[in-house]
Amino acid sequence: MTLEAFFFYAFTTLALGGATLAITRRSAVHAAISLMVSLLGVAGLYLLLNAEFLFVSQIILYIGGILLLFLFVIMLVNLDAGRGLRQFHQRWPLGAAVTAIAGVAFAILWSRAKLPPSQTMPDVGNVELVADTLLQDYLVPFEVVSLLLLVAVVGSVLLARKRA
Amino acid sequence: MTHLLPPEFFTATVPLNAYLILSAILFAIGACGFMFRKNIITIYMCIELMLNAVNLSFVTFSYQFGKVDGQIYSFFVMVVAAAEAAVGLAIILTIFRNRGTLQIDEIDTLKN
Repeated sequence: MTLEAFFFYAFTTLALGGATLAITRRSAVHAAISLMVSLLGVAGLYLLLNAEFLFVSQIILYIGGILLLFLFVIMLVNLDAGRGLRQFHQRWPLGAAVTAIAGVAFAILWSRAKLPPSQTMPDVGNVELVADTLLQDYLVPFEVVSLLLLVAVVGSVLLARKRA
Repeated sequence: MTHLLPPEFFTATVPLNAYLILSAILFAIGACGFMFRKNIITIYMCIELMLNAVNLSFVTFSYQFGKVDGQIYSFFVMVVAAAEAAVGLAIILTIFRNRGTLQIDEIDTLKN
């Protein structure tokens, strides 16, 4: 087994195992930690796909930002009160079967798909390339998305504020 | 050297289809959890899982076509996910303050 294949399977195991645990653990904190493992596995796959910028932003933004926010909210709300309550839908085997069929169907489709031979990226660093494209071809979406972030921050503060 | 991993590392032993298959399976797991979890916070985590699976597809195709655009889309998805998480978690906090529960069964005002 080559080094590339070894790392691919290692990161795949992390991603799939973390995702499975994230949807099956009863405790929300355990689910969040498992989700972190899954996101780390996908970050490693980004590295194998030569996307260093996304590898770093996945760790900083997803794991350091979004997941930490999740953990904070889990600590803020008192989930212990609902511990004895049902965590899974009564008819969960039905949902699992439907999504399993869809997932297997897509997996078979992709395994049969013949992708054209891959082209090589221009020979500059990934971060330079992303920065150039983001600030030249995608300047307007970039500004719009920064406005969206601002609105989201202000909106969430307004929403979560205690009523005076 | 323009990349973190040296060119000798890539021996083309893993076909790109494998990444796409993994992305499909991750998305299915996320959708599955979305359907059968009963707690708003864990349902939110499943949405993040699905977004992440789609990002993996974007990056794979970006590698395949030798264009960086897929990674840009992926970056935008991440930013929108962050905004969504901020607003969504604020909504969750408000629901919890008003109703004292996060079980989706008990938040059924629209149903009645």
